[in-house]
Amino acid sequence: MRMPGAKMVVEALKREGVEVVFGYPGGTIMPFFDFLHREDIRMILNRHEQGAVHAADGYARASGRVGVAVSTSGPGATNLVTGIATANMDSIPLVLITGQVPVDMIGNDAFQEADIIGISRPITKHSYLVRDVEDIPRIVKEAFHIARTGRPGPVLIDLPKDVSVAEGDFTYPEEVNIRGYKPILNGNSQAIKRAMDFVRRSKKPVIYAGGGIITSEASAELTAFARKTGIPVTLTLMGLGAFPGTDPLFLGMLGMHGTVAANQAVSECDLIIAVGARFDDRVTGRVSKFAPKAKVVHVDIDPAVISKNVLVDVPVVGDAREVLQEMLKLAEPLPIDSWREELMAWKRENPLTYRQDCPVIKPQYVVEKIYELTGGDAIITTEVGQNQMWAAHYFLYDRPRTFLSSGGLGTMGYGFPAAIGAQAAFPNRVVFDIAGDGSIQMKIQELATAVLNELPVNIAILNNGYLGMVRQWQEFFFDKAYAFSCLGQRPSCPRHCNTPNEECPPYVPDFVKLAEAYGAMGVRVERPEDVEGALREAIQSPRTFILEFLVSREENVFPMVSPGAGINEIMIG
Amino acid sequence: MDYTLSVLVENHPGVLAKISGLLSGRGFNIRSIAAGETEDPSVTRIIMVVAGDDRIIDQVKKQLDRLVDVIRITDLTGIPSVDRELALVKVSSSVSRRAEVFQIVDVFRAKVVDIAHKSLTVEVTGELGKVEALIEMLKPFGIKEIVRTGKISMGRGEAVAEKGGESRA
Ligand SMILES: Cc1cc2nc3c(=O)[nH]c(=O)nc-3n(C[C@H](O)[C@H](O)[C@H](O)COP(=O)(O)OP(=O)(O)OC[C@H]3O[C@@H](n4cnc5c(N)ncnc54)[C@H](O)[C@@H]3O)c2cc1C
Ligand SMILES: Cc1ncc(C[n+]2csc(CCOP(=O)(O)OP(=O)(O)O)c2C)c(N)n1
Ligand SMILES: [Mg+2]
Repeated sequence: MRMPGAKMVVEALKREGVEVVFGYPGGTIMPFFDFLHREDIRMILNRHEQGAVHAADGYARASGRVGVAVSTSGPGATNLVTGIATANMDSIPLVLITGQVPVDMIGNDAFQEADIIGISRPITKHSYLVRDVEDIPRIVKEAFHIARTGRPGPVLIDLPKDVSVAEGDFTYPEEVNIRGYKPILNGNSQAIKRAMDFVRRSKKPVIYAGGGIITSEASAELTAFARKTGIPVTLTLMGLGAFPGTDPLFLGMLGMHGTVAANQAVSECDLIIAVGARFDDRVTGRVSKFAPKAKVVHVDIDPAVISKNVLVDVPVVGDAREVLQEMLKLAEPLPIDSWREELMAWKRENPLTYRQDCPVIKPQYVVEKIYELTGGDAIITTEVGQNQMWAAHYFLYDRPRTFLSSGGLGTMGYGFPAAIGAQAAFPNRVVFDIAGDGSIQMKIQELATAVLNELPVNIAILNNGYLGMVRQWQEFFFDKAYAFSCLGQRPSCPRHCNTPNEECPPYVPDFVKLAEAYGAMGVRVERPEDVEGALREAIQSPRTFILEFLVSREENVFPMVSPGAGINEIMIG
Repeated sequence: MDYTLSVLVENHPGVLAKISGLLSGRGFNIRSIAAGETEDPSVTRIIMVVAGDDRIIDQVKKQLDRLVDVIRITDLTGIPSVDRELALVKVSSSVSRRAEVFQIVDVFRAKVVDIAHKSLTVEVTGELGKVEALIEMLKPFGIKEIVRTGKISMGRGEAVAEKGGESRA
């Protein structure tokens, strides 16, 4: 069938089963939107292109499907960059479509031209500049395939305006064949046998699993494997939900803000079974002190992460789900009761706690209450900083795809648009963005998107008046000099202030009025006894809801391992 | 130590930029890189010489292999191979010293490919060591300009091209 390029793209999205697109229009992409709006695909008009990518990303993380975001050329395309980098770091499948100036104007500094292919090269899994309209069906097909398979990631399609309006024949390919791209799925059976020999011989094994479990939908297999063998499990930030947070075998998150039990387990174990995790430096701390007594089995779909930071004894390249299924066949209960008991004792004796030692709301308490009142059945997104760590600590994630957080890039401003994406995927579920007062302002304009699209996202702002995580580091590592981390500072304040008190100038903005200005609900909560009622109201409300909790200003995140220290050198507050 | 990789990639615009961007973005140390079309016009072969140790080279290979446009990587390091580089060296040389230059050029089985009043241009092909030795010998005359292609390599015999150190696990 003959049709213009822009229509081909829309047709291809339909073939890929795309149900929602996030985007923002402009000159070069107008033909695409013109065809899109004649179709049954839902389009969510964000208020900033970065918001559109984060929303597509939140949609992808919550649903397991490929997220799609669309922008115009030039400034539209460059506004995507932070969102693309965020998704790339966390291996999230996205297809980005950008308008571009006509092919023969590329390179001429044409109006709204930006070399987005060049700019995004290091932060995409792959990208295409479409030069010939006839290539569109193949390119879109390949883009979705590459985005979702192997180690997922963002794929960008740059669509010049003349290609969008040129006509060509639309035949959607049945299959993809890219000679340079053949992800390995089933692990080598010898390697799996060897891995299981190590498992059988170990006396103190621990499973360290991450985001790859969620990507490969391997939670059931991971859980079965741990329960069958009796091996305790720790998860990365990205892995939360991959193994039930309430399971007795769960040790909590490991790493810089990991639990004592998890970090001790890794430090004392004789075998690490790493699955779908990439030994990030937030996890290992100083590598030379990481798991000094352990052999390492590493299951990952990306050969490049194996032995990148930590030398691996048994590499198994493959899809976590397929490999765990094979491992499960060879698994048997291990006689490791005393080791497990030791870990359970650590866990019992070192729970995550905070002191309710003042009449002011504790941020941890808010997260605990969200957990309690939703019965754990909610999708939680986070911003970045202390709010993110408390969201990781005080909500127990029993299911995958319920904790959406920017781990690798640590992008402030991620959580709210991601919540919009998650809510678009699941209109009937409770969605909370656990936010910091700093981060939420990075993408606050998405309030319009949420309100107008009738997405009942709840935003719980843990307002400490600070860029709290920065302030915490200043307290510990910069002699408590709060340089530019106080969000209330005015010229009338003392230049060097680290003593917040009643005299401090009023906080800006007034989040309640801001919510009202956008047509959302806004409630400020100042006393611990009001937390529960306010949360109940938000959960039940069909409207976009901002809850601003005025929390204790100088609360710190514990446990904490200093940067550069070994992960067994834990500060517990 | 220097490692030699032969990398087959899709012959599209932008692929070289992807490869060089990846190498520089990840801080790898590239000594030379030479690219050209192969017997299959849809495929480009890149020969690159990378400095590092086994662990770094392992990462270089794996990271390159992640690129969708990379079709195959062969590690030619330590495998019997034919290695060549071509260099053009412009040497200052007054008429009186020309004979000396010609003598050196002869010994190295190089060629003089251009003569002007105050300079000679020498073309040399050979293994890296030979090219470097010749340059060393020409230095006393005064070198005005050097252009080198970077090393190209080909495994000897038939089996090597298929088997040699291929990185796809
Ligand atoms: C303020 C802040 C503090 C942080 N503190 C911590 C902390 O204390 N602890 C912590 O853990 N993190 C922390 N992080 C997050 C950290 O930076 C990393 O993002 C995180 O540790 C990476 O998780 P991961 O190893 O599970 O990898 P991911 O980034 O989730 O990568 C997934 C891995 O799985 C692999 N994979 C993908 N698909 C498959 C498949 N189908 N089969 C098999 N493998 C697959 C990928 O190749 C990759 O190796 C923090 C982040 C911030 C912003
Ligand atoms: C876009 C961006 N800029 C800067 C940072 C550095 N940073 C990390 S945490 C943080 C403070 C976040 O403050 P807030 O959102 O109030 O959260 P809190 O730590 O107070 O809970 C900053 C500035 C970042 N992660 N992302
Ligand atoms: Mg804050």
